[in-house]
Amino acid sequence: MSAAGSGLVRRIGRISLIAWAVFGFVFLFTPIVVTVIYSFNEPAGKYNYVWNRFSLAAWQDPFKYSELTDALIFSLKVAFVVTLLATILGTLMGMAMVKYRFRAKGLLGAVIVLPLTMPEVVMGFSLLTLFVTLNWSRGFLTIVIAQVMFSVSYVATTVRARIRGFDWRLEEAAADLGAGPLRTFGRITLPLIAPGVVAAAMLTFALSLDDFIITYLNSGLENTFPIEIWNLKRSRVPAQINVFSTSLLVISVLMALLVIWQGRRRQRSLDGAASGPAPA
Amino acid sequence: MTTTSAPVRSRRFSKKEEDDSGVHPRRWFTPYLLIAPGALWLLVFFIIPLFSLGRLSLENGGLSNFSTVISDNSTVIVRTFVYATIATVAAIIIGYPLAYVIATKGGRFKNLLLALVVLPFFVTYLVRTLSWKILLYDGGPVVSILHSVGILSDNQGILGSPFAVVAALTYNFLPFMVLPIYVSIEKMDRRLLEAAADLYSSPARAFRRVTLPLSLPGLFAGTLLTFIPAAGDFVNSELLGSERTVMIGNIIEKNFGKEFFRPELSALSFMLMAIILIGVIVYARILGTEELA
Repeated sequence: MSAAGSGLVRRIGRISLIAWAVFGFVFLFTPIVVTVIYSFNEPAGKYNYVWNRFSLAAWQDPFKYSELTDALIFSLKVAFVVTLLATILGTLMGMAMVKYRFRAKGLLGAVIVLPLTMPEVVMGFSLLTLFVTLNWSRGFLTIVIAQVMFSVSYVATTVRARIRGFDWRLEEAAADLGAGPLRTFGRITLPLIAPGVVAAAMLTFALSLDDFIITYLNSGLENTFPIEIWNLKRSRVPAQINVFSTSLLVISVLMALLVIWQGRRRQRSLDGAASGPAPA
Repeated sequence: MTTTSAPVRSRRFSKKEEDDSGVHPRRWFTPYLLIAPGALWLLVFFIIPLFSLGRLSLENGGLSNFSTVISDNSTVIVRTFVYATIATVAAIIIGYPLAYVIATKGGRFKNLLLALVVLPFFVTYLVRTLSWKILLYDGGPVVSILHSVGILSDNQGILGSPFAVVAALTYNFLPFMVLPIYVSIEKMDRRLLEAAADLYSSPARAFRRVTLPLSLPGLFAGTLLTFIPAAGDFVNSELLGSERTVMIGNIIEKNFGKEFFRPELSALSFMLMAIILIGVIVYARILGTEELA
């Protein structure tokens, strides 16, 4: 084969590779775009599945279906409590695993990874058998327990990855300089781990809002937003579902941009500090 | 085979190193104090329930529960793993090139492109799946195109078919495939490819001998993160499928409220878990890595 020929082959290969990747993005985005577009649909019947005509009706009356609104509020409440609990428990585990050597570390690492290798339906169903055995009625509490259960793994893994390689001697230095444990935590430890913890908390909040299978199996008569949609699918699927989803999407994107922007600023100020007096 | 073992072995070594990381605590109980609340939570609400599920699955009939469940649901069981396998392979075919292009050609847009891959997760799982229902609805865009091209005859639809379920399964877990592959390609030492080129290796050969083996850990993690939720799913089959697409998850979903203590249902979930765990171990052996992420 001539050099020019193989160059052409190579170029065709590269172009088709990029075209395939573009197709991948189109595949990823089409349903999201559809979700947004169909929030402006005025469905002909009870189901918002077929395009009828453009309308702002759902946006003008987003809270029309109170059961949907209530479910969203309930979901946000659950997500708030779950994020708080799972972030604390997971951060403590992640920190212990990065900072210290101890005997059960390997075992703990395995237990933290295990929920990721388990189908949700198995985790959810086995937890349900526990609640039924204990005769606990399902509701807010059991939903929180279930979501914290799978969230702590994500938090511990995220925090662990983000704080690996920090110089923990700074804590000792602070103590040597007379700072008490609380002050050391507030002035040294917390600022060091904060970005990782914030990332983990945001992930947990998103996971909590998104989770359906485990939550559904342990929810009893309480309905989170996804469960309400699941229940509605037999009777009606209003465009308000799309309005809420679009709003959550926009809010999430704005939050993510804010965090990235904050991170950049922080990095820049760190760079600025580093380029000042030479670091030791 | 010999080419893959070298990088894998070095990874295993680095993992051992990492397990020994950290310092000895000043007071021996400090780390245990830190892990206690989270570890207890996992013990009580994750580990113990799995054992109670195992015990329940043996009630009344013992091991015969399992043979009953398998013979009663053999079609569903086979179908579940066939769907999950096809969805995983499709996710590799779409996801690997995507991750590769972002990692190698993304330039300064890498992080933005990666954020775009995760964007679908900002819309709730159920709503994402409902969007597929809109897309595949009779008279919707996909069906119309397939009608006009002549792939589907006029009275044929897509909803209710295995295709609809598998396509949506692929879609829903695709980001889980892209992210780990991206990470493993991204952290690869680019100079290896330059070295391969210097040694007169063609790009295709360099990919096969350098990039692909080094991205195996990511591919491994991505495969698990796609296959496991796909095998346990019931949402896609329920919303987009029909009686001919029933999966194991659907059977659990249909019955969990009615008969909590039906041992067969526990046996079915336990079997789902066992098959997946065995699959993970075999797969890890084949790829020669024990690392998950």
